[in-house]
Amino acid sequence: MKTAIADRIEDKLYQNRYLVDAGRPHITVRPHRSPSLNLLALTRVCPAKCYELNETGQVEVTADGCMECGTCRVLCEANGDVEWSYPRGGFGILFKFG
Amino acid sequence: MTKEKFDAIVVGAGMSGNAAAYAMASRGLKVLQLERGEYPGSKNVQGAIMYANMLEAIIPDFRNDAPLERHLVEQRFWIMDDTSHTGMHYRSDDFNEVTPNRYTIIRAQFDKWLSRKVCEAGGTVLCETTATGLEWDSAGKAIGVRTDRAGDVVLADVVVLAEGVNGLLGTRAGLREVPKSKNVALAVKELHFLPEEVIASRFGLTGDEGCVIEAGGTISRGMAGLGFLYTNKESISLGIGCLISNFAETMERPYALLDAFKRHPSIQPLIAGSEVKEYAAHLIPEGGFNAIPRLCGNGWVVVGDAAQLNNAVHREGSNLAMASGRMAGEAISIIKSRGGVMDKASLSLYKTILDKSFVVEDLSKQKDMPSLLHTNSPNFFTTYPQLISHAAQNFVRVDGTPKIEREIATTAAFLRARSRWGLVSDAVRLASAWR
Repeated sequence: MKTAIADRIEDKLYQNRYLVDAGRPHITVRPHRSPSLNLLALTRVCPAKCYELNETGQVEVTADGCMECGTCRVLCEANGDVEWSYPRGGFGILFKFG
Repeated sequence: MTKEKFDAIVVGAGMSGNAAAYAMASRGLKVLQLERGEYPGSKNVQGAIMYANMLEAIIPDFRNDAPLERHLVEQRFWIMDDTSHTGMHYRSDDFNEVTPNRYTIIRAQFDKWLSRKVCEAGGTVLCETTATGLEWDSAGKAIGVRTDRAGDVVLADVVVLAEGVNGLLGTRAGLREVPKSKNVALAVKELHFLPEEVIASRFGLTGDEGCVIEAGGTISRGMAGLGFLYTNKESISLGIGCLISNFAETMERPYALLDAFKRHPSIQPLIAGSEVKEYAAHLIPEGGFNAIPRLCGNGWVVVGDAAQLNNAVHREGSNLAMASGRMAGEAISIIKSRGGVMDKASLSLYKTILDKSFVVEDLSKQKDMPSLLHTNSPNFFTTYPQLISHAAQNFVRVDGTPKIEREIATTAAFLRARSRWGLVSDAVRLASAWR
């Protein structure tokens, strides 16, 4: 394992089935000037890579590939960085195998 | 939505919810089950190993038609460093019994099947419906559930919260806390498809026999974590999980960990040529006994992962979910048959049954194990695996160095890494946490 080549996360998520609730994201990030440590961690720890840092240094979320695991909720709901709900019934990730 | 009132509403159609709904519906209670996914199982993720006894207690003849993948005849425990694994394998023909003990399953299929049983028993299952909140009366008793379907609240005598590790209803209502990052692991996995005969030949399996590997070591990069490989009929579940608190500290990417694991020289040949058809992520409660929240109150009970009922040491989650769901369902049925009110006092029957069962007994036995492994994770998951690999290699490699020198080198490596006191103290703490 001297050379660890990683797959692209986009290719992984491409295998999955989603029904995206367009215009109704189930996760929102509170507006901020600079992100907290936990919020910053999400840019690496989110397993669907939904969180990314923009050019001006804020963390943004795009929840289309979200697998609804709740990692961001555990790290960032209590401090108010992230607001988290489940998608409406029938929307979101639809595991074929689970 | 319907104005009728139910005996019980079950929120969630995973293992615990299905067990609870079945237990109540089969005893004649009027049950409504809410599931936010397109079908039961579409939001559920597990490794997955299913233990037969817990399901037998609910559906005794499940083997007739349940979608089972393989019954397990071999378990491999591996300690891995970057280039090696040191293993303990247990394989026995005793596991080829008429009623095998453990099976691999695929949750989307299994949950659909179990949900069908709930419907056959008379339960009403409503999919594509997200429960958004609990409804309370003025006396503080839960009397129903609000959903995102147009219409009113659905009313019931009791609400069974089977909403999973990441459940929102109970936490929003302040019945329990959102799990702490040190008490919950994030696991990612892929499903690798291979022809049945390829899996059989790579693992030496016949017919429905199955093999599972569980592995710890440098694959988790110093975090408290575990990798797994489970054989299904025509696929292999391959995944790795670590504590969220560790992920946040190390900023490791979960999918990079998974990719490194599957490219490990000990794993790669086992999945070579496979086609990946799904990538999933899920949380696993790891807090053990000390993280179990309040289990019941006026008009509500909480079961399964939502109640943090997971045995991290023995890696049992879904069976505790099935058991707790069934016990809650039975307790509610008993209260109902007596004509009792579903209040905190009567529903404590569920807690009494659960406390007396293996579920809580096992969790309480190893209540100190989670914190031991978490606080010492670099030693247990990096240092020891490397030492063990060196020791094994020193033992088997022959290159003319006198044997005594090799043994001295092995001992010295252990002492250098952990000191005499560190070794003894790790061993004592591990042993006492186990007891």
